[in-house]
Amino acid sequence: MTVPQTLAFCYLSLLWQREAITLSDLLRFVEEDHIPYINAFQHFPEQMKLYGRDRGIFGIESWPDYEDIYKKTIEVGTFLDLPRFPDITEDCYLHPNILCMKYLMEVNLPDEMHNLTCHVVKMTGMGEVDFLTFDPIAKMAKTVKYDVQAVAIIVVVLKLLFLLDDNLEWSLSNLAEKHNEKNKKDKPWFDFRKWYQIMKKAFDEKKQKWEEARAKYLWKSEKPLYYSFVDKPVAYKKREMVVNLQKQFSTLVDSTATAGKKSPSSFQFNWTEEDTDRTCFHGHSLQGVLKEKGQSLLTKNSLYWLSTQKFCRCYCTHVTTYEESNFSLSYQFILNLFSFLLRIKTSLLHEEVSLVEKKLFEKKYSVTKKKSRSKKARRH
Amino acid sequence: MSDFSEELKGPVTDDEVETSVLTGAGMHFPWLQTYVETVAIGGKRKKDFAQTTSACLSFVQEALLKHQWQQAAEYMYSYFQTLEDSDSYKRQAAPEISLQHALYLLHHGMLEDAKRNLSEAETWRHGENTSSRGILINLIQAYKGLLQYYTWSKKKMELSKLDKDDYAYNAVAQDVFNHSWKTSANISALIKIPGVWDPFVKSYVEMLEFYGDRDGAQEVLTNYAYDEKFPSNPNAHIYLYNFLKRQKAPRSKMISVLKILYQIVPSHKLMLEFHTLLRKSEKEEHHKLGLEVLFGVLDFAGCTKNITAWKYLAKYLKKTLMGNHLAWVQDEWNSRKNWWPSFHFSYFWAKSDWKEDTALACEKAFVAGLLLGKGCRYFRYILKQDHQILGKKIKRMKRSVKKYSIVNPRLSY
Repeated sequence: MTVPQTLAFCYLSLLWQREAITLSDLLRFVEEDHIPYINAFQHFPEQMKLYGRDRGIFGIESWPDYEDIYKKTIEVGTFLDLPRFPDITEDCYLHPNILCMKYLMEVNLPDEMHNLTCHVVKMTGMGEVDFLTFDPIAKMAKTVKYDVQAVAIIVVVLKLLFLLDDNLEWSLSNLAEKHNEKNKKDKPWFDFRKWYQIMKKAFDEKKQKWEEARAKYLWKSEKPLYYSFVDKPVAYKKREMVVNLQKQFSTLVDSTATAGKKSPSSFQFNWTEEDTDRTCFHGHSLQGVLKEKGQSLLTKNSLYWLSTQKFCRCYCTHVTTYEESNFSLSYQFILNLFSFLLRIKTSLLHEEVSLVEKKLFEKKYSVTKKKSRSKKARRH
Repeated sequence: MSDFSEELKGPVTDDEVETSVLTGAGMHFPWLQTYVETVAIGGKRKKDFAQTTSACLSFVQEALLKHQWQQAAEYMYSYFQTLEDSDSYKRQAAPEISLQHALYLLHHGMLEDAKRNLSEAETWRHGENTSSRGILINLIQAYKGLLQYYTWSKKKMELSKLDKDDYAYNAVAQDVFNHSWKTSANISALIKIPGVWDPFVKSYVEMLEFYGDRDGAQEVLTNYAYDEKFPSNPNAHIYLYNFLKRQKAPRSKMISVLKILYQIVPSHKLMLEFHTLLRKSEKEEHHKLGLEVLFGVLDFAGCTKNITAWKYLAKYLKKTLMGNHLAWVQDEWNSRKNWWPSFHFSYFWAKSDWKEDTALACEKAFVAGLLLGKGCRYFRYILKQDHQILGKKIKRMKRSVKKYSIVNPRLSY
């Protein structure tokens, strides 16, 4: 049993209890040092001596990776022969309807988009209890990446509304801007360009701070780890050397600079209506991008492009690859934003988006095999 | 519809932070980056530890370039954990970091701290002993030696103020001796390695001379100047020459040392001393070389206003021409006659030299007259000037020029 596996085991227990913590949240808490992982052995009692093989187990030099821990949860669950987990129903935090709402709020998108996400969930069958609940003893034990999936659904909805081809979204923004200027008293139409500008700035700042914090991260603890008693003095000497050098440099650093550690939070971005510096788009209307047709609403955009046109059938672990240059800049931005939020690779998110589309446009996919690979029109 | 391609620029690629040398008091780590990056990962996925520490390093460099010392210090604080890295290559950077820090402290006058740090750095022996590490340890020892030299010279000054009969004299003398022994041990290891070690060599030689070890000092200096493995360094020859001068060495030896310096740096001010030595020598080839050296010095723009050089040239030209060595003068003048007139003897120079320094103008005029004949502008201008003190001299000049100028058709072979 290794430390990553222990973490996977913790996640299994959270899942069993259907707690309001996704895997990405958990890993983020580990990264922010709210959960002991890197130097967990520091908290062990004095009597426990660690050396030899313990060094390999406890001397961790990487943060946990989402896909790695995800795989391990399935392995551990299967190994323990666990029964079917408690059902994930519509009122559970992990249900895509609720998670989509959470992520929509977090990235400052209008609440009205939630209707569309629920719609997509219904059409693809991703809200079904059987689909969502983890069943290790089923033939193909798999669990759903709840957070990645919710975010993928949001990306698909964005594509449905704005196409994200570096063209339409800006024209629609122009229309929204014109309308908002004329009708200042009404509920403003959602302006993609404005949202992009605000979001990009916030995202860049957050990412910069995150990179700086990571660069300053202190991996080695007070208690050095060593292989055997022979190595012990060397390890302690090294530690002494480092502490010495650090002392020399700490005189150059302003001691008042260090801020207190923030308590763990599920939200990384916070948007409120009262904040006049940064526009909050939660209450904005999607009227600019929808049009009425009889009883139902249709998107003004009638086009769509698929993230993946052909899925990989070989025995490798991935189903598709993500080559940035093949896609529009708006799509890349959206993927970068959400992957940063969840601390996952963009390729993983792209894969999930492709899988959602595969379910949504199932019929089209079976037709695609025979026809040529061009843009497909889609109405709903 | 406006174009938003500028807004939607893709992720900015990390420009490689240019590792430039910083002037002034401060730390610089141009070599750390390359040092650390030479680790061969060997196909394994780079661990987050390795990734964050190299990100830390680039942040340090960025902060240093922007002169954000505090931020740089913060990042360095975190960077030190690389010393505990199981990867031995990265650990080797530790002594270098300490050395740089010590230099920084020196800059800021905190000598005691610097000495302490270096002593500690010396004790950090771990990892393989590659040749580059060897030099580094020697460098650390040498800097420590230099610091000890500084204490030694301070104590020496104290000693010189004390009377020999003073009871404290012996104690201080002993203390001084101890310091010097330590210094010599530290520095001698370094200067055996090929390189440019000017401050170390100078201090070491001073110490050796003080204790009367002239042979040792000479050996060190000769080695430093003549060993082929060492890079060509004019200072080495200068130190050796000055040492020989102090020791009142034979003229021929000093000439041979300066000859090499002449080849490396013909415009050096020591060349005038070289000329004097050559002039006093008995060999004719030295006399010819003396003329060459003088012309060589005045080829350079930095020496055009050097009155000594012109004085020497004036006197020597006259002597040479009187000694019937017109061929020598012609040899030297042939390569210069195209550009020296406008370089030294233009009308503009005549006016400005006379205004600035009449003595200089006189000497130059004499040379001009000898080389270009009495018709040259510079000479004529100076002749026209009225001066109480130099008046007689100028008249004498006129006569000599008439007699000896190389342009003069009377004096021909």
